[in-house]
Amino acid sequence: MAAEGKVDPMHQFTIQPLFGSDGWNIAGYNVAFTNSSLWMAIAAVLLLVFVAGGAKRQLVPGRWQMAVETFTGFVDGMLAANVGPNGKKYVPYIFSLFMFILFANFLGLLPIGVLGLHPFTFTSHFTATGVLSILSFSIVIIVGFAKHKLHFFSLFVPHGTPALMIPAIFVVELISFLVRPFSLGLRLFVAMMAGHVLLEVLSSFVISSGNANLGLFAIAGLPSFILMIGICALELLVAGIQAYVFALLTCVYLNDAENLH
Amino acid sequence: MPQIAQLAATYSSQIFWLLIFFGFTFFAVGRGMVPKVMDTVAQRDKQIADDLLAAERARKQADEEEDAWRQRENANRAQAQALIAEARSKAAAATEERLAAAQVLIDSKLAEAENRIAEARNSAAAEIEDVAADATRDIVSRVAGLSLDDSAVRSAVKENLVHG
Repeated sequence: MAAEGKVDPMHQFTIQPLFGSDGWNIAGYNVAFTNSSLWMAIAAVLLLVFVAGGAKRQLVPGRWQMAVETFTGFVDGMLAANVGPNGKKYVPYIFSLFMFILFANFLGLLPIGVLGLHPFTFTSHFTATGVLSILSFSIVIIVGFAKHKLHFFSLFVPHGTPALMIPAIFVVELISFLVRPFSLGLRLFVAMMAGHVLLEVLSSFVISSGNANLGLFAIAGLPSFILMIGICALELLVAGIQAYVFALLTCVYLNDAENLH
Repeated sequence: MPQIAQLAATYSSQIFWLLIFFGFTFFAVGRGMVPKVMDTVAQRDKQIADDLLAAERARKQADEEEDAWRQRENANRAQAQALIAEARSKAAAATEERLAAAQVLIDSKLAEAENRIAEARNSAAAEIEDVAADATRDIVSRVAGLSLDDSAVRSAVKENLVHG
């Protein structure tokens, strides 16, 4: 960031190796511990602390336990509604997925910039969201073939398809199925990145106009600042919704694998 | 766009650390703690359901007992009513019997009294006859100087007394 107040809205997504770990590698692949890795670690540890605080197993729950039970109940209900009784066994995975993304999204929005720290949203990187979506997609494929063997291919031929249409429909359905991991990962990455860029761009308006003169600040800076407040609230909503959408779509795909159509 | 600009340099690190930390989250939190939390919830739900069932059972039992009590109470009341009715009819019968006995007594007393009255009237009539016969004989002897037979006088008097 230049001294005269120019803000690069993409700078916040830059990955930097920390603690001189630049050279770490395994079999020639770089595994530097970056700021992205650090925030993954923070999300994982905070999630561990959160759930551990709620695992007190009291008959009459306290507030913390109640909060954790609300989340497990939410995930349990989502699986029960989308997959049915067979979905119970996926609760640990969907819960981890949902909460990990939720914590990552919220941590990335923390206003700790005022303390000179730099929050990093690793869910705004498709290298991270892609791993999660491929993980979900792999589970769907493995469960589907393990449970239904080659009959799993009937997923691509909906009930009541005329015989003549089967080849065409099969190809269309296969493509839509194979696109799923990309749409799943890209959706989260795009939503998180767009919000952060928007906030950064608006903040650059506030800073530039404030540095220029009072009149410009009044007509451009102040409205931008007010807009930012609204968009911050919207971003909090998006952070929750995107985590929910990711978990929900994984449930829907798991339903295909568990129950076919 | 750093996501693409840094792709070649950072993808392996991103994938590696994400798998590490998501794996940690999955095994420590998802597999380790979530089942316990869910188990606690299930236990609580089960306890609540059991308590509700017990309460329902107790309520049913109370209803049954109340029902039995009501039946017993009704039977007792009917029994008491029967006792009262019996006593009342017995008392009525006794009263009637005593009344009948008193009536009989009164009737007999009445008949006795009537007999006595008739007797007294008869004896009075006889005395009048005697007195009349004596008077007739005296009158006849004094007026006509006749000494009449007693029975003839008596029959004549009787005839006159009867026919006026």
